Amino acid sequence: MNGFLGALLDPSLPFIRNALLAGLLSSVLFGVLGSVVTVKRIAGLAGAVSHAVLGGVGLALFLSARGLVPGLPPIAGALAFALLAALLIALVSLKAKQREDTVINAIWAIGMSLGVLFIAKTPGYIDPMSYLFGNILLVSGRDLVLLAAMDVVAVAGAFLFYPQLEASAFDEEFAKTRGLRTDLVFLAVLAAVAVAVVLLQTFVGIVMVIAMLTLPAGTAGFGAKNLAGMMAGATLLSVLFSVGGLAASWSLDLPAGATVVVLAGAAFLLVSGGRVALLALRRARAERERRGMTAGDSGR
Amino acid sequence: MPRDLAVRFDSVRFSYGSIPVLEDASFHIHEGEFAALLGPNGSGKTTLLKLLLGLARPDSGRILVFGRPAEEARKAIGYVPQAVVYDPAFPISVAEVVRMGTLRGSRGRYRPEDAEAALRAMAAAGVAELASRPYSALSGGQRRRVLVARALAAEPRLLVLDEPTSNMDAESEALLYASLGALKGRATILIVTHDTGFVSALTDSVLCVGERSGKRGSVVRHPSVPAEGVLAPETYGGAALRVLHDAELPDDGCCREAGR
Repeated sequence: MNGFLGALLDPSLPFIRNALLAGLLSSVLFGVLGSVVTVKRIAGLAGAVSHAVLGGVGLALFLSARGLVPGLPPIAGALAFALLAALLIALVSLKAKQREDTVINAIWAIGMSLGVLFIAKTPGYIDPMSYLFGNILLVSGRDLVLLAAMDVVAVAGAFLFYPQLEASAFDEEFAKTRGLRTDLVFLAVLAAVAVAVVLLQTFVGIVMVIAMLTLPAGTAGFGAKNLAGMMAGATLLSVLFSVGGLAASWSLDLPAGATVVVLAGAAFLLVSGGRVALLALRRARAERERRGMTAGDSGR
Repeated sequence: MPRDLAVRFDSVRFSYGSIPVLEDASFHIHEGEFAALLGPNGSGKTTLLKLLLGLARPDSGRILVFGRPAEEARKAIGYVPQAVVYDPAFPISVAEVVRMGTLRGSRGRYRPEDAEAALRAMAAAGVAELASRPYSALSGGQRRRVLVARALAAEPRLLVLDEPTSNMDAESEALLYASLGALKGRATILIVTHDTGFVSALTDSVLCVGERSGKRGSVVRHPSVPAEGVLAPETYGGAALRVLHDAELPDDGCCREAGR
């Protein structure tokens, strides 16, 4: 930990401060958007969007390296693919529910495959691992500004439309009877998730971003009393996992994104296991008390 | 349309693709009435309910709720679904579920008066003592009464309950009918059920959905008489009425009797 603190204060290591800031800013999105993704049960949809992002990254790298669109940044391709994937998924989910699974998996697989193909045909060496699993060395000042802007959008959206988010996630049909355009809420959430995964993938990578959009929220959900509490709890847990994961990865020379996700996953499994054990103990105690009462009754 | 009609279906037709569900549905319900809409599974009750709630549009015909097209009158309707398919891990309290009933479309946060309306609704539905409990910790019967409270929170002019007593314990059924009895006259109440034999003694009019003259999803008005020796009378809130399926009332009979 001392080594990590020392690195943070070392003027020659600005990337570690950027990584920490990226972790803190990402935590807000993991907490707020992750809670919405979790209660709306759209983790699979968000997973497909995040994996489709590789296709956009590959396309941008290919077009830029071939001189077809010079200087095209990977984030531009990623954003275009993420929004396109989100739109396709939303259309299928709203209009052809029976084909939802097939289409989601197709977008997931085609997006990744396109990315691999474009990267294979891009001149020069490109390491796809950075995009798949994140690379804190790649966190730029622009990334931090974009993450901060997305944090503001997500928090403001959650604050202003809290009743609509809560109602559409809890009981969509009832929300419709109250005049809520649940299809628009769904589209807006998916679009926000699409933009967020593009910004978050620098920190934890395309493959693991969905883990961070579900694990902290799932863990916080066990103790939260409502959706707002879940968002706050998930944000705090994400801060803990991000800072802890970065410190551990620095000290133990491990990949940062993977370390953060392992911490979040371990916490989720521990809390879930603890909860299952607690419920089993309570049931066993209640059963013992019931048997004791029955024995007492028959003894009279 | 007379002013005191809460619901009016005029020759409504609806089909899912090429499968007709309602071929000629015509009926009306007066304001303040306690009506029961009966029909076996697959008769078109759920479709009729969706049309009434403005969640689907008829292929032809007219649906008016308090004189307005159904989709414009949604906010005047309190809807109690048969069940909510929800995530048990969704963290939400009873008070928050009930407050959801005051939702105002796509805009606006809750206001302080919404919490007060939720408190009144919880008291009316007999669930005030459950306010702070997690929704997932309730029994099936308690959850149904919470959903009734949610529907009442917006102080609806028309309360629609879909199979209100299915999977309910006797105590919850009695409490539910006590709440509905207290509400009768102040709001129009429509209960939708697959039980075609008996209805609650609170019921003013019985409407039956089914096939008639070869047309699917027609609605017929039946008379009802006090029933004796009903099994599980708590299902009907105590006293029950027997539905006389052999007899048919003209749809405008109620209006003529009342001189309307």
